[in-house]
Amino acid sequence: MIKHLWDRIKRPVDPWLLLFIIFLFIVSSVLLYSASNRDLDKVIDKITFMGISLFGMWCIANIQPRVLMHLALPAYIVGVILLLAVEFFGVTSHGATRWLNIGITRIQPSELMRLALPLMLAWYFHHFESTLNWRHFLGGALIIAAPFILILKQPDLGTSLLIASSGFYVLFFAGLSWRFIGLMSGCIAVFAYIVTHWDMCINVLHEYQCRRIATMLNPMEDPLGAGYHIIQGTIAIGSGGWFGKGWLAGTQTHLDFIPERTTDFIFAVYGEEFGLVGNCILLILYLLVIFRGLMISNSANTLFGRLLAGAIAMNFFTYALVNMGMVTGMLPVVGVPLPLISYGGTSMVSILATFGLLMSIQRDRSLMKG
Amino acid sequence: MPMNRRVVMNHHGERNAFQVRLAAAAFFILAMFGVLVGRFVWLQVMQHDRYLTLAEQNRISLVPIPPSRGIIRDRNGVVLAHNFSAYTLEITPSKVGDLEETIARLKGIVDITPKDRRRFKKLQEETKDFETLPIRTKLSDDEVARFAAQSYKFPGVEIKARLFRQYPMGESASHLIGYIGRINDKDIKQLEDDGRLANYRGTDHIGKLGLEQSYEEYLHGVTGFEQVEIDSGGRAVRTLKRTPPQSGKDLTLSVDIKLQQMVEQQFAARRGSLVAIDPRTGGILALVSQPGFDPNLFVDGIDPQSWSELNESLDKPLLNRAIRGEYPPGSTFKPFMAIAALELNTPIVNQVISDPGYFIYGGHRFNDSKKGGYGSMSFDRSIALSSDTYFYQMAVQMGIDNIAKSMAMLDFGVPTGADLPGERGGILPSPEWKKKRFKKTAQQKWYSGETVSIGIGQGYNAYTPMQLAHATATLANRGVMFKPHAVQSIMDVATGKKMIVEPKPVKTMPWKPHNIERVIRGMEGVMTVGTGAGVFRGAPYVSAGKTGTAQVFSLKGAKYNANAIKERLRDHSWFIAFAPSDKPTIALAVIVENGGFGAQAAAPIARKVLDYYLTGKLPPDPAALAASAAAKASAPQSVSTVSAEVVPRD
Repeated sequence: MIKHLWDRIKRPVDPWLLLFIIFLFIVSSVLLYSASNRDLDKVIDKITFMGISLFGMWCIANIQPRVLMHLALPAYIVGVILLLAVEFFGVTSHGATRWLNIGITRIQPSELMRLALPLMLAWYFHHFESTLNWRHFLGGALIIAAPFILILKQPDLGTSLLIASSGFYVLFFAGLSWRFIGLMSGCIAVFAYIVTHWDMCINVLHEYQCRRIATMLNPMEDPLGAGYHIIQGTIAIGSGGWFGKGWLAGTQTHLDFIPERTTDFIFAVYGEEFGLVGNCILLILYLLVIFRGLMISNSANTLFGRLLAGAIAMNFFTYALVNMGMVTGMLPVVGVPLPLISYGGTSMVSILATFGLLMSIQRDRSLMKG
Repeated sequence: MPMNRRVVMNHHGERNAFQVRLAAAAFFILAMFGVLVGRFVWLQVMQHDRYLTLAEQNRISLVPIPPSRGIIRDRNGVVLAHNFSAYTLEITPSKVGDLEETIARLKGIVDITPKDRRRFKKLQEETKDFETLPIRTKLSDDEVARFAAQSYKFPGVEIKARLFRQYPMGESASHLIGYIGRINDKDIKQLEDDGRLANYRGTDHIGKLGLEQSYEEYLHGVTGFEQVEIDSGGRAVRTLKRTPPQSGKDLTLSVDIKLQQMVEQQFAARRGSLVAIDPRTGGILALVSQPGFDPNLFVDGIDPQSWSELNESLDKPLLNRAIRGEYPPGSTFKPFMAIAALELNTPIVNQVISDPGYFIYGGHRFNDSKKGGYGSMSFDRSIALSSDTYFYQMAVQMGIDNIAKSMAMLDFGVPTGADLPGERGGILPSPEWKKKRFKKTAQQKWYSGETVSIGIGQGYNAYTPMQLAHATATLANRGVMFKPHAVQSIMDVATGKKMIVEPKPVKTMPWKPHNIERVIRGMEGVMTVGTGAGVFRGAPYVSAGKTGTAQVFSLKGAKYNANAIKERLRDHSWFIAFAPSDKPTIALAVIVENGGFGAQAAAPIARKVLDYYLTGKLPPDPAALAASAAAKASAPQSVSTVSAEVVPRD
C-alpha cells in the first residue's frame, strides 16, 4: 500500500533534477540565514515556499505534455489579457505598474508570461512542424512582441528582455536561420555600443536607464547614488578571496552595506562568505541543472517537448547569468533574482513550475520507451 | 511515396539540426559561465587585496536623518503636541556582552530608576536584539558630560540627541490627540505593505492613537539622508552628501482647548463624554472622554505598572467613549423619530392621543416615565414633555423597517467617518440586524413588541456620543450633513502653505423644511417648558435640546430608586442640544455615565458649553441652577412589565 503510494509520488519525478534542486535549496537556506542577519523566521518562510513550489512542480509534472499543448494557447491569451489589465487597472508602486490586485493578494502577470510564452511558442512550432517556413518565424516574432511591448510599457525593461529572450530560445531551437541570428547579434552589438555611449543613449532609452548603464560602466562616478549597489556588491565579492570570509562572517553583509541582500543581491553575500571556490561550486550546480534540462530536450520525442525543454533550460541559465553578471558589475542593475537562491516566493514557484514541465516531458519519453 | 520519404528525411534532418542547435547552446552557456568565472577570478583573486582594503577601511554609510514631527495646535494656536530636543542613553543589546553588568555600571554614572529598568525590559521583549533601545531618556547636561568621558568603557552604549514628543496639556484632550509610541513589528508590516517603510528609517516612533494616528502621513514628514564615510569601528569620518529631511506638517484643529478643558472640569471625577460640533462645517469644537490618561507616558514605552493601572481601572480611562462608547440613546432618540414620522406622514403626527401613562401592545404594558400620563398628548408637546406613550405608538405606526431606514440616513449604525481612528458604528436594530447578530433561529425573529421600546431609544439601540452629536448637528443644520472632523487646516512648515480642510456637505436629508421646523420647535420647548427648562432658565439665546436617560440595569419590575442602587448601576444621563436654534453654530451631545436622568447631570454641562461658546462666560450660579433643575425635573421612572422580556425605560 505504502509502496504503491510511494511509486505514485515518485513516478513523474526526474531524480537527477530533483537532486540538483535540493542541493541548491540547501545552499539557499544556509545562505539566507546569514544574509538575513540570522532571521530564522525568514528561513522558515523560505522553506515553506520550497515545499509549496515542490508540490506545484510535482503537480505539473503529472500533466501529460499533450494536455500541456492544449493549455498553451489559453495560457498565453490569459497572460496577454492580464498584462492588458495591468496596463489599465494595475497597482503602481515605485513608479512602475506591474501588479494586479485580485482581492486577496497582488499578482505580477509578467511571471505567468515566463511560463506561458515558451509554452505557446513550442506549441505553435509543433503545430506547423511539417510546413515550417520563414513566415512562421515571423508569426513567432509577433507572439513574442505582444507581451514584450506590454511589459516594456510598465516600464520593466529587464523583465521584458528576459521574457523576449525566453521566446527567442524557442525560435532558435526551432531552426531560426543562422544568417538571421548573425544579423541580430550584429544589431545587438550596435545597440550595446549606442547605449554605452551616454549622448547616443539618451536618444533611445529613458534617462534613468542610461544612467544605470553609465553607472555600471563607471560606478565611481556616482558612488552614493546608483553606483552604491554595484560598488558595495563588488567590494563584498572581491573581499571574499579564494575561500571567502566564512559563513556569518561577511563584514559587508553584516554591517548592512549590501542593499537587497536577501533578494537580488544575495550573490554578493555568497561571494563574500564563500569566495571563489564557493562561486564555482554554485556555477557547477547551475550547470548540472541546465545540462539536465538540455538532455531532457534532446531525448524528447516531440518537437513540442524538445523546444519547450530547451527553452526552459536556457531561460534558467539566462536568469542565473544576468543576476550574477549584475552583482559582479558586468551588467546593468535590473530586478532579477538569483534563481532558487534569492528570497522571494513568486520567483521560486514559477521556476519550479517550469521544472515541472521538464519532468513532464521527460516522463512522456520514458512512457513511450516502456 | 516520394512525398512521404521527404517528410521522413526532413524529420531526420530536423533532428540533426536540432542537435546542432543544442550543441551551440551548450557552447554558449559554457562560454558565458567562463566569462563569469573570469570575472570572479579578477575580483576575488587579482583584485582581492584592493577590495579587502576597501571592505576593511573605507565604508560608505547612509545615515538617515529623521524629520521633526508636525506640531498640533488648537483653533486659537495653543500648542497641544510638540517636540523638544534631549539626549537619551541607548543600548544595543546584541553589542553588549553582559547586559545586567553593563546597566549596573551605568548606574554609577547616570540615574537609572527601577521604573526605567522595567520599561527597558518591556521594550527588549518587543524588539530584536540588534536595535538600539533607550534605557534613560532626557539626560541632564551633567549626565551627558559624565558619560561622554567614560563612553569608551561601554561598547554598545551610546548617547543620542533625539526629538521627543510632548503633550503639554497632559490628560486634557488625550483621547482626541492620541499619542505616538515606538514602532513595533505590526507597524513595520503595515508600513511595508504601504510602501512607506523606507521613509521610516531612523524613525523610532509612529502615531498610535487619535489624531497622531489618523494624520500620521502628514505629521511624520520625509526622512533625509546623510552619506558618510565611516572607519572600521563604525565611526563617521566625514560627511559626503546631505539630503535634508522635510519636517512633518503642522495641524490646526477646529477644537477650542479652553472649551475642552472647561468641559473636562465639569465632569470632574464623573465618567462620560461630550462631543460638540459646528453644524455648519462639521468641525469638532470639543471631544471629551472622561477619564483621560497622560499620553506622555506612552511615548517611550509605558512602564508595566502604569500600564496595568490604566488598563485594569474600572473607570476605563483608555476607552475613547466619544467614538467607541456605545450607549442606548434613550429619549434623545425622539427628535429623530419625530422628523422621520413627519416625513413618512405617519397618522399619529396629526392626532391627539389619550395618554393614561402607559401603552398596551400585544398583551404587554409599556409604562410612561410620567406616572398617570398627561391625559392627552399631541405631536407638538410630545418632544418637550418626552412623552413615552406618544412615541411608543409612533414607533408601532411607523414599523421597524421604516424606523431603521430613516435612522440609517443619519449614520446611526455606521461610523460617522470622523477623522479619528477606531470609531464604532453602534447598533441600529432591525430584523436584518437581528438575523445577523444571533445564531439561533428562535432569537433571530423580530418581535413586534420590540419595536415599541425602539421608539423611545431603548431596546437594542446603542450609539456613540459622536453619532448623537453628528445627528443633532445634521438636524440643527436643517438636514445638510457634514462629516465631523477635528483638523481644520494642515500647514506645510517649509513653504508656509496652508491646506484648509474644506467642509463638504456629505449628503442632504430629503426633509421638508416645515417638518424640520416643527421638530425644532418641539426641541425648543424642551428648553422653555419641558424637561430641560430648569437648567436653561435665563439663557440669553434660543436653544433647542432633548434630555435622555439610558438604563444600565434592568429592573425587571422593581421600582427605580436612584439612592437604593449602586452608583455604577444607575442610569446614564444624556443631553443633546444646539443653539442659536434658528442659525445654529454649535450642536452637542453629552453623556454622564451613571448620572441619573437626563436633566440631572448632562443638561447642566450642555448649558455651560452653550453659554461659554455663545456668550463667552459661565452661567451665573451653577449650584443654584443645578438644585432647581433637580426639583423641576420629573421623578425617576418606574417600570412594571407584564413580561420580563420587554423592559422599556425612560
